[in-house]
Parts: sequence; C-alpha cells; structure tokens
Amino acid sequence: MTERLPILKTYKLYLGGAFPRTESGRTTVVEDAQGQARAHLCRASRKDFRNAVVAARKAQPAWAGRSAYNRGQILYRMAEMLEGKASEFVDALAASVPGGSTRARREVDASVDRLVAFAGWSDKYQQILGCQNPVEGPFHNFSIPEATGVLAVVAPQEEPLLGLISLLAPALCSGNTVVALGSESHPLATAIFGEVCATSDVPAGVVNLLTGQRAELLEQFASHRDVDGISAAGCSPDEKRVLELGAAGNLKRVQVLALNQEQDWYNAQQRESPDTIEAFVEIKTIWHPSAS
Amino acid sequence: MSNTTSTWDYAPAPESAPCAIADEYGLFINGEFRPAADGRTLESIEPGTGEVLTRFALASPADIDAAVEAARAAQPAWAALPARERGKYLFRIARRLQERAREFAILETRDGGKPIKEARDVDIPEAAKHFFYYAGWADKLDYAFPGRSAAPVGVCGQIIPWNFPLLMAAWKLAPALACGNTVVLKPAETTPLTALRLAEVLQEVGLPPGVVNIVTGAGETGAALAAHPQVHKLAFTGSTEVGKKLAAMAAGTGKRLTLELGGKSPHIICEDASLDQAVEGIVQGIYFNQGHVCCAGSRLLVQESVQDEVLQKLAARMQQLRVGDPLDKNTDVGAINSAEQLATIQRYLKIGVEEGAELHVSGADLALPTGGYYQKPAYFSGVQPAHRVAREEIFGPVLAVMSFRTPEEAVQRANDTPYGLAAGIWTDKGSKMFALASKLRAGVIWCNTYNRFDATSPFGGFQQSGFGREGGRHGLKAYLQLQAWETTSD
Repeated sequence: MTERLPILKTYKLYLGGAFPRTESGRTTVVEDAQGQARAHLCRASRKDFRNAVVAARKAQPAWAGRSAYNRGQILYRMAEMLEGKASEFVDALAASVPGGSTRARREVDASVDRLVAFAGWSDKYQQILGCQNPVEGPFHNFSIPEATGVLAVVAPQEEPLLGLISLLAPALCSGNTVVALGSESHPLATAIFGEVCATSDVPAGVVNLLTGQRAELLEQFASHRDVDGISAAGCSPDEKRVLELGAAGNLKRVQVLALNQEQDWYNAQQRESPDTIEAFVEIKTIWHPSAS
Repeated sequence: MSNTTSTWDYAPAPESAPCAIADEYGLFINGEFRPAADGRTLESIEPGTGEVLTRFALASPADIDAAVEAARAAQPAWAALPARERGKYLFRIARRLQERAREFAILETRDGGKPIKEARDVDIPEAAKHFFYYAGWADKLDYAFPGRSAAPVGVCGQIIPWNFPLLMAAWKLAPALACGNTVVLKPAETTPLTALRLAEVLQEVGLPPGVVNIVTGAGETGAALAAHPQVHKLAFTGSTEVGKKLAAMAAGTGKRLTLELGGKSPHIICEDASLDQAVEGIVQGIYFNQGHVCCAGSRLLVQESVQDEVLQKLAARMQQLRVGDPLDKNTDVGAINSAEQLATIQRYLKIGVEEGAELHVSGADLALPTGGYYQKPAYFSGVQPAHRVAREEIFGPVLAVMSFRTPEEAVQRANDTPYGLAAGIWTDKGSKMFALASKLRAGVIWCNTYNRFDATSPFGGFQQSGFGREGGRHGLKAYLQLQAWETTSD
C-alpha cells in the first residue's frame, strides 16, 4: 500500500473579508523543521497593502460606530474560534518555532486569553481613559477616547501568534481597523488566523492580514498617507527608524515596542494594561455651557 | 438717529501699571542670566508701534550645550525632592504670577501686540492657573495612571510659539516640572520677554538652578535644541510644517515627542442655533487674539437657510470691533504680531480674491494707529472648499465662509482637512449637537461656545494637528515613563 500524499494548502491573504491571492502572483513554500514542504503562502506586495488600506478605511467608521458591547462580543467570538482551532495552531507553531508543542500550546493558550482580556476591555477603557473636567465657569466639559483610525501593524518575528494578537486586540477593541504584516520568520500562524477572523463575525475590512517580507513592505507601511498609526514590535533599529521617518510625513502615531523576549509577551500586567489601548485613541474634549 | 447716540467716541483708556523693560536681556542658564557666548543679539519689536522694544541674546550652539548640561545636572536632585516639596515650588510660581499679573499683562501686550484685556483676562490668569493645577499633581502621580508606576523622562526640550507666549510657557513647564523633569525652554523669536520675566520669578521663588533654562533665539536655535542628543523629550507648539520636520529629526533617536500644530478648524452654525449668540461665537472664534490662534474657527460653515441673516449680523457686529492700540483697555483686536505675519495675512487676502471669493473688511473708515502692524478683521464669502483660503492656515483675522444644507454635509465638509485640532457647533438641539460632536474629527469641540481654555481640560489635535494632550490628567503622560507594576503571580 502506498503512503497517502497529503494535500498541501496554499494560504492566501485575508483582505476585505475575503481570501484573495496576492495580486503579484508570488508564493513561497513553507517547510517544516525536517525540510518537508508543509504549505504554500502568498508573498504580499505593496499593491496588496494599498488594497488592504482601502478596505480598512472603508470599514473603520462603521466598526467604531458599533456599540462597545458588540465589539467586545466579536473579540470574544475570535477567542472562541481560536480555541476551537487550537490544535491546528499548535501544530503550525511547533513545526516552525523551536520549543516544540509544549511551548506552542502555551503561546496559543495565552493568545486566547489575550483576546478574552480585550473583549472585556472594549466597554471599560472609556471610563479609565476619559474623564469629566472641573473647568472654571459655567461649562460642562468632558474628555472621551476615540479610535485613531486605520493602523498598520507589524507583528514581531518571535511569538508569531501571541505577538500579533497582542498588537491587534487593543487596537480593535477601541474601534480601529488594521492592516497587519505577520511574522516573516514564522508566517503560518498569521495565515491561519485569517480563518479565525473570517468565522468570528468580524466585519469585512476590520482586520486585514498580510504575509510577506518586511524589507519590501515596511517603507510603504510607514509612508502611506491614509494610514493613521503604526503599531510595531520586534524591530531592528533600522526598521524602527524607517517606520518613524515615514510616519513623519503625515504625523502618524507610532509605537514600536522594544519587546523581543518571550516573557514580555506573557506579561499580562503589561500587555493587557489600558496603556496599550491609549496608544491608539485620540482624546476628544467637549465643552458645553451649563448656564442658560 | 441723532448724533448723540451714533457717534459717542471711546476715550483712550491705556493700561498704565508700571512695567520696566531693560535695554537688553540675556539667556537664563543654570539660574543666572548671561549673554550669548558669542555675544550676538536680536531685536524685539513692539508690534503696536513697530519700534524696537529691547534686544535679547541669540543663543549659540555652545549656549544650547550649556543649558542642556545645566538641566541634565539638575535633574536627579529635582526628581529626588519629596514630591510635595517639588509641588510647592510650582504653587509659589503660580502665586507670584498672580501678584505680578498686571506687569506681565503689559509686557505680553507690548511684546506680542495682543489686546491688554486679553493678556489681562486670559493669558496671565490662565498661566498662573496652569502652574497651580500641576503643582497639585506633583505628589499624586501614582494615582494618575493606576497600575503603573510613574518616573520622570529626564531633560525636556520645549519650543513655544508667539501667539500666547507666557501661557504656552506655562503649558509646557508646569507638567514637566511637576513630574520631576528639568527643562530647556525656547521662546519664540518675536515674543521672548514674558518667558524671561518668568525666569525672574523662578529666581524669586528659589527654584534650584538648572531646573528651568531659557534660551532665546530664532529657528536655528530651536533646531539645535531639538537635535541635542541629551534631550530626552521634545515638546513643540507651532506649525504643522515644522512639526513634521521635528518628527523626521526625532526618527530613530528614541526621543519622545509631542506636537501641538496648526489647524483650519470648522465652525458650524445650524439653522436652529441662537443666531445672535452664534455671531458672538464666530467673532470670538476668529478675531480673538487677531486670529493668531491655532484652534481659531477659521472655516465658517453656515446652514444655507440662515446664511444671509448670519452674515448680516456678522457684518454689523464686526463694525463694533475696536481695532487699534493693544494697550488700550477698549481694544478688541490689537496688532498683528510681526511685519512678516502681516505680509502673510495680506498675501492670503490677495489669494482669496484671485481665487474668486468675495472679500469683506470691517471698518472701511476706521483709522488705525500710524506705526505698527494692523489688519482690520475680514471675511471671505463665496468660498469654495478647494480654495486655499479654505484649506490653509492663515493665522490672522480672516474667516472663510461656506454653507451647507444638511448636518451630514456639514460633517463631511468639516472633516475634509488634514488638520483636526478643534471644531465649533451651534444648535439648540442637544441630540443633533452630540451627533455632530461625535462625528467631527477634532481634539476639542466647542458646543455653543468657542475658544475656551482651562488648565484642567485636555487640549490637542487629531491627525496632522499633532499628537499628545496638554492640560488635565492627560497632560502628565508625555512627561512620565510609565511602568506596569511588577506583580508576583502564581
């Protein structure tokens, strides 16, 4: 009896709620530790990125306009779907990242929990970050956080799933939409995560996921005029400079986390702090007379 | 109408409190005044007269080095002071500003050209309040950001504009000092005097040397400060163009940055607004401080059904504005800050006419002072959204008037700008007001009022009007390194 030939999946981009191939037609082979072909993957182009920004821009007002409760439920649904696909993620991570399935299992569990944490934050951070201000004179004055808009996310190379979700979740819970470039070294988790988003009631365009090369895409992420902010992690000093320099052109908000070590991503105190949400909200202050 | 009611003239009412001005001012470094290392100076012109008011030092790179070094040396001890004691210095500064308020108001008006009633009633009291407000935060920082411990950033470079010289110095200094940072402050080239008088106050209250250093000069002075490797945090208020340059300069350096930049803020008048009050708001929005206000309501969007009535009322109200001697207590619109800014404003007046908008200038027969820099309040009607006078910041008493038909159109037009500093809404219907307020992309929304400021109220922009907030609890954040508390889990 001959051994059964496995079906090698080609993972596509997740863009505007659909799974298109890259417009460039380029694919790469993902190999496991033994050098066996495991899957095929799209190598996103700059044009794919621009298309994704259009989708994210289109989706942003409606996403921010949903109730905070609804956004929280959708994040929770993402946690549910991720939990359901946990073994697929464990396999994909274990085949690529040193540390095997024990390490991979820990990363997947922490990723699910991170989504749950931000599902809970979605209708609470407003009361932590906003306030009523005791101004002089007959005025009612209050400050509220609003989403920054469309964010470009550059996920870290290591902790490819947990790092990606740690950057996505705070941005999404406050009404931003995102275009994310997953880990280049370990890209499979990003590709599979698109399937989680697609089955979690996430509206089309709210999350857009690209697999590809930093060297090719980072400059475009930084300089695109319809991107409002950049959330990145695990960047070299050169990459950080490229992001900050490009961002200056339209004054994007930039946060490049200096996290590289595994334990930082597992530090819930730090990574689930409202600080992570505050980085990509804008404080709006409203004045109104309170005398007739 | 009889002459007795129509032509009553105001008698001149100049503010006359004593305010000595020296012939020359030095840099304030490490608690002492000193000339620039290379002895160079600049002139400060009095915009109300066009005459030279005094001279001040033009800081050289060596002076910037000395100022940053003084701030660096002073920082550990300043941060190590018991927080209550640090706060008490700020309380003292607030008190001395209140006590010397009339002197400061006159100096501000003579150096910058703003009406004395605005310097007296807004700039100086708000500056004092800002120090008083942040004084009280110094020993409460651990409560400001729950779950995170707060440490100072280090040495802050702060660059401020000429439209609210002392108030902007207070906005920058007070939170930085309360958080345990030390500062090198760079005032604007045309308005250095109140910051230097504040330095005298700092000496009076015994602030330790080096905690605040003030370097005067021009654009290159600010650039040298911004580029200094020992400056850990940079705060800038000024134009979007310069803000972008600073952001590019700071790229990859690890310097923290906050920017309060330009605007072209929309001012929306709905048909159900109280129109007389709205017209007062329009005037306050664009003619306050000669329109030298980053958040000025410079784009008026009036609902079509009331446009004619609003413009009639506005034209009539503008005839009542008194333009002239900034030191006169009756003056509503003072002098333009500099000859250069006056030329910019006049260039835009020309551009607007060439683009096809109709220019209306108030007080055709109004006599202006003979010296100095003056511009009568003006507005353009028939403005198209693509016109430069509708898109670019003029920073003068010039309003661009456009109309809209539905609230949705008002929002779409209001948000059609790369800026996002402020917006105004006039309507008597609460639900409409909040619907508009939630859709406008701006950091400050004034509903049925305009150009209100308070130390407790966060101020700052969306989009290309900058990032970071000044005022309130949010204003602390730029000056702190926040660390999640270490917890021992499991």
